Amino acid sequence: MATETHAADAAAHGGEAVGMPQLDFSTFPNQIFWLVVTLVVIYFVLSRIALPRIGAVLAERQGTISNDIAAAEELKLKAQEAEKAYEKALADARAEAQRIVGEAKAEIKADLDAATAKADAEIAARAAEAEKQIAEIRANAMQSVTEVAKATAVDVVAALGFQADAGAVNAAVDSKLKG
Amino acid sequence: MASEEAPSGLQIHPMDQFIVKPLFGGDAIHWYTPTNVTLWMALAVLCVVLLLVIGTRGRAIVPSRVQSIAELAYGFVYKMVEDVAGKDGLKYFPYIMTLFIFIVFANFLGLIPMSFTTTSHIAVTATMALAVFFAVTILGIVKHGVGFLSLFWISSAPLVLRPILAIIEVISYFVRPVSHSIRLAGNMMAGHAVIKVFAGFAGVLGVGAVFPLAAITAVYALETLVSFIQAYVFAILTCVYLRDALHPHH
Repeated sequence: MATETHAADAAAHGGEAVGMPQLDFSTFPNQIFWLVVTLVVIYFVLSRIALPRIGAVLAERQGTISNDIAAAEELKLKAQEAEKAYEKALADARAEAQRIVGEAKAEIKADLDAATAKADAEIAARAAEAEKQIAEIRANAMQSVTEVAKATAVDVVAALGFQADAGAVNAAVDSKLKG
Repeated sequence: MASEEAPSGLQIHPMDQFIVKPLFGGDAIHWYTPTNVTLWMALAVLCVVLLLVIGTRGRAIVPSRVQSIAELAYGFVYKMVEDVAGKDGLKYFPYIMTLFIFIVFANFLGLIPMSFTTTSHIAVTATMALAVFFAVTILGIVKHGVGFLSLFWISSAPLVLRPILAIIEVISYFVRPVSHSIRLAGNMMAGHAVIKVFAGFAGVLGVGAVFPLAAITAVYALETLVSFIQAYVFAILTCVYLRDALHPHH
């Protein structure tokens, strides 16, 4: 291959391949022409199709990523809010429970107090009544004792053979009982 | 150049791979003749279309492999233009992308054995370098008028030194297209020629051919790196020149 091309070129250019083909100026117009054609074609392919497309894809990806990050941020905030709300609800429920317990306690205490007071009043009433009865009984008993004493005194006086004066005996018994 | 010390039939023609020849026979090379230049440039265009058009056909949010390579290339050049030439340089991104992607594919296609490396020719690289040179010069003059000359007047230097620096700046400005083009063509040509020389040795050494073959492998790896780096260097220098045209004031 190498010798063949060498021979062909030697035939074409009178053995110039011994030197640098880069300095063979007869090929310059050809190279420059095809280079310009190539660059123009590449330029149009790039500027019309490839670069706008790739740029759009990259921009779109960037947009998607930022959107996703923003959405994630938002969701995180929401999650934090939800946590706060949950904690607040929990605290509220605790406070409510505390309050209900307190109320119930107060109610029960009030009931209890009322019942105690009522019981106390009843007890006091009954005690008073009992005392009154006792006093009555005592009064009755005193009365009875007085009567018995008077009767007995009259009887004793009569038994001794004296005519008893009922009035004097009674006064004497009364004064004795008082003393 | 062609080292033809031919002991026992050692035939090395390292430069033959660079010969421009008509595709369909004949001797004459007119400007319109389809040559191996045409073929390998067309293949470069084909690769560009395959990668950047067919590869991105899906427009997927989650890219396929080919699409991610296309996106990487896009992002790589886009960021380079933005970083080096600035935000207002992004208007010229398609031009720089065109140059970069063409040089990358021309370089890599040139690495295929028996292929033809279009970017090893000074005619090709000089055309691109001169196009860049004239484009940025005209752009600078259109944008800034006489103010573009402040590129050569370094106001941060001491006043005495400024005329001398101006001369140096002017010379370096006009040498730009030369270095810009010869760097690329020279790198491509040298590596390929070296591989060819080693290949010539391998042909006559018999069992000892493992050494040149190992050398070819090593040089080939280096050339793969160089192929990309030179395309990158060409593109980034274009960006630097563009920045000078857009912001001539130091």
